[in-house]
Amino acid sequence: MAAGPVEVGSFNFMDQLPALQVALPMFAATLAAVVRKGNIAWLIALMTSLSMPIIAVLLLHQTFEQGVISYEMGGWEPPIGIEYRVDTANAYVLVIISIIAAIVMPYAKRVVEADIPAEHQSYYYTMYLMCLCGLLGITITGDAFNAFVFLEISSLSTYAMIAMGRDRRALMAAYQYLIMGTVGATLYVIGVGLLYAMTGTLNFNDLSGRIADLGPQRPVLAALAFITVGLSLKIALFPLHKWLPNSYAYAPSMATVFLAATATKVAIYLLVRVYFTIYGPADIVASHDVDTLVLILSLAAMFVASFVACFQLNVERMLAFSSVAQIGYITLGISFASQTGLTGGLVHLVNHAFMKGALFMATGALMLRAGSVKLDDLAGIARKMPITMAAFVLAGLSLIGVPGTVGFVSKWYLASASFEAGQGWLAFAIMLSSLIAVIYIGRVVEVVYFREPSPAVERITKEVPVSMLLPMWLMVVACFYFGINADLTANTAASAADVFLSAIGNASTGGE
Amino acid sequence: MLGFETILAVTIAIPFIGAFAIAACGRIPNLREAVTLTTALLLFFSVFNVYDYFQGGLSPTAGPFEVLPGLDIAFAVEPLGMMFAIIASGLWIINSIYSIGYMRGNNEPRQTTFYVCFAISIFGVMGIAFAANLFTFFLFYEILSLATYPLVTHKQNQDAKIGGRIYIGILLGTSMFLMLPAIIWTASLAGTLDFAEGGILAGKASPEVLTVLTVLFMFGVGKAALMPIHFWLPAAMVAPTPVSALLHAVAVVKAGVFAVVKILVYVFGIDLLNETGAADWLLYAAGFTVIAASLVALRQDNLKKRLAYSTVSQLSYVILAAAILTPISIAGAALHIAAHAISKITLFFAAGSIYTAAHKTEISQLGGIGRRMPWTMTAFAIGAFSMIGVPPTAGFLGKWFMLSAAMTIEQWFAVGVIVLSTLLNTAYFLPIVYKAFMGKEEEHHDDGHHEDHGEAPLPIVMALTATAAGAVLLFLFPNLFFDLASQLAGL
Repeated sequence: MAAGPVEVGSFNFMDQLPALQVALPMFAATLAAVVRKGNIAWLIALMTSLSMPIIAVLLLHQTFEQGVISYEMGGWEPPIGIEYRVDTANAYVLVIISIIAAIVMPYAKRVVEADIPAEHQSYYYTMYLMCLCGLLGITITGDAFNAFVFLEISSLSTYAMIAMGRDRRALMAAYQYLIMGTVGATLYVIGVGLLYAMTGTLNFNDLSGRIADLGPQRPVLAALAFITVGLSLKIALFPLHKWLPNSYAYAPSMATVFLAATATKVAIYLLVRVYFTIYGPADIVASHDVDTLVLILSLAAMFVASFVACFQLNVERMLAFSSVAQIGYITLGISFASQTGLTGGLVHLVNHAFMKGALFMATGALMLRAGSVKLDDLAGIARKMPITMAAFVLAGLSLIGVPGTVGFVSKWYLASASFEAGQGWLAFAIMLSSLIAVIYIGRVVEVVYFREPSPAVERITKEVPVSMLLPMWLMVVACFYFGINADLTANTAASAADVFLSAIGNASTGGE
Repeated sequence: MLGFETILAVTIAIPFIGAFAIAACGRIPNLREAVTLTTALLLFFSVFNVYDYFQGGLSPTAGPFEVLPGLDIAFAVEPLGMMFAIIASGLWIINSIYSIGYMRGNNEPRQTTFYVCFAISIFGVMGIAFAANLFTFFLFYEILSLATYPLVTHKQNQDAKIGGRIYIGILLGTSMFLMLPAIIWTASLAGTLDFAEGGILAGKASPEVLTVLTVLFMFGVGKAALMPIHFWLPAAMVAPTPVSALLHAVAVVKAGVFAVVKILVYVFGIDLLNETGAADWLLYAAGFTVIAASLVALRQDNLKKRLAYSTVSQLSYVILAAAILTPISIAGAALHIAAHAISKITLFFAAGSIYTAAHKTEISQLGGIGRRMPWTMTAFAIGAFSMIGVPPTAGFLGKWFMLSAAMTIEQWFAVGVIVLSTLLNTAYFLPIVYKAFMGKEEEHHDDGHHEDHGEAPLPIVMALTATAAGAVLLFLFPNLFFDLASQLAGL
């Protein structure tokens, strides 16, 4: 452990939080694989997931109290060793991921029992825990190559989780994602390699200063291009989103909920880290119009993916396309590179996690009872499952961005940023694309409420159990609570935006 | 009497809590209706409490509750909102009585949902009436749109589905695509969203920007049904008649014109608009809507559709009056909001009464119906006279103010519009009255079993008699609304 005079018995738990955040799920994953029993594996996963937010919130609190936390993994000082570097920005993302994990796990039990054969359940939870470990690792690390390692840990376990889906189409979806995801990770690591060749370091903070000294040399720009495309694949930024709809639609319900709420968010975080912390001081992103590119792709995502969502026959696929569109909002906020815009993008990370989490939990419940999430098979189901459908509608309103919901808060920031930047027309574009959500959510509402129940729906006798309804409604309540009282989310996102923006055009802070 | 500090928050909360209580009593219809009526009475009582404080010189407030830094939910009382709240809460009581008769008389399904959504709609109305800033207003404006959607689509058939699409599409579309950017733009220009006397935009924007903002706001307030975004209102007529009566003749559409007046007076400020001419176009847009909607109304055979187009036309009266931009015309606009509310709800009550008793929906079927349903058709006649503006009915008041305001500043376009549309009003209302009392009954019916009908159920007749009497009483004793209107206009 860290060098220095350590008094006997004064091992400080609080100092080890960064390591525990990642090590705990990794250890739990091996444990889950060993026990072989589905129920016990679930219990392990549940306990781990419940402990994650505690650690993350403590970390966030520490960053507010004492600023950046630097943790030397294995006692090796950076830049030689791997540094875990927690500031308000990544602590914020850690909190999002771990809270979602904690809400998803109680929900998971019933859907996993339905989706996964008993003998595979413990492996499934193992994969989930590895995925969680990977996502948290990407977020917490301060080292570009270590981020790649965690990226692969989370991706590989994700492929496995998707492949365990209900039918054979899941295999194809997982395969598709495997190819795309591997290409993305490879491009990212090539970019990191170029940076290492140019600077001789992998530490984010070191990179930051040295790139500012190097200036816009060609390998530095090439690295930016490789990393942008590589991470865009993981983000599913339009038009590199092809893997996402099938993966979400055919993965086991619980995997869909978890991945939709967390996985792409982490890749977005990493991209923001690269753009602002690494490339920010040299001011390369804006001067080479990368921000304009991101803006255009974001707009394309917001409109094309929303439009495509209107024509999906499968509700989960529809929501998946909606996710691609919503990712567009987040990246749009990033492209502004202003306090308001970045806050809007970052607050939408958590807001979108809540609403998509609630929506996919609802479709998971429909899947459990109706055995299908094809729109035609869900005719009149609101009469049989009123609580689930009410949750769906309310979360849908949040997706549309009705005032009083989290979606509105995000839109408010993004549109305000548009006017601040003198780009008022963007505000109209944001509103117009969010209105497309009225169409695809309205379509579901018409079918499930107004149509006569189909025979299959008629056979449904009861709602899903409380263990599923409670997490679902917790997400819905969050959608409204943080829509009416957004101080917590918005202020944290604003602090996170400050962290990123403080690096821009400010070369002297690099490499302390 | 509730305390000064809490009264406004309580008032707004009453219909919201009522909605849950109604839902909880869903299995026992009599109890459920009792809860609806109790909630309506409590609300009216509470609104009058607020009025007492307000006239006593105390201005109750609630909030602010911070949503984001710089974005608050806050409530306050001002004359126009006070008036709107009194009208809506008062008519909710009568409408609830009417609803009981109508929903039971027609054996409507899903009555619990109906009453719950109704209460939430009134919650939206109260929030709109007492909103202290544009954000709060917008929040409740959207609550009202969404809560009325299940009411419009109540029948859940193909017509209801199509009507619902147009309804929610236009209302959400205009408010989100036009009004919300305008609100955010206003926030970035003015640095505040609070409604303030004299407006918040003076000196903050060029006349061109102000003109664009007025266009965004006036068409963004889709509920005011300015042409060409009016067609959600006829589409909403697929709803059960109590919904058309209270929501689409009073609450929703009045929320629209209320917003128009409020935004012109408290966001832009009359002086600023007079100086810059940013709202000059509005006079012509409103004038056009008044005449065009009346012409369309003439051609409707469906009674509710004709009433709907009449509403579109009458709403633009209010906008026209506000756009004249003088204190007297603003007072006229406010009075016309009250007068139109009580008269148009009477007309819709009558239409629903005819549907319940005789299952007739078309004007051409109404020959001689006045002899079978004298109460209903007398009330209808009073409502119609009030719409035309004949004394001694409420409609006369608003028109008188509007005309005198227009003449004072020699705004002959407005004078012409008001005179011409009065003629058109006469042309599309009087024939119905004449036909009902003097016309011959149809010899043969498609379905024979409704021939020997009499009046509608008692609650319906009680309700429409009360509102018809109200239309006359408002002419005779206009003091309450007159005072509020003068306060608004600063007379």
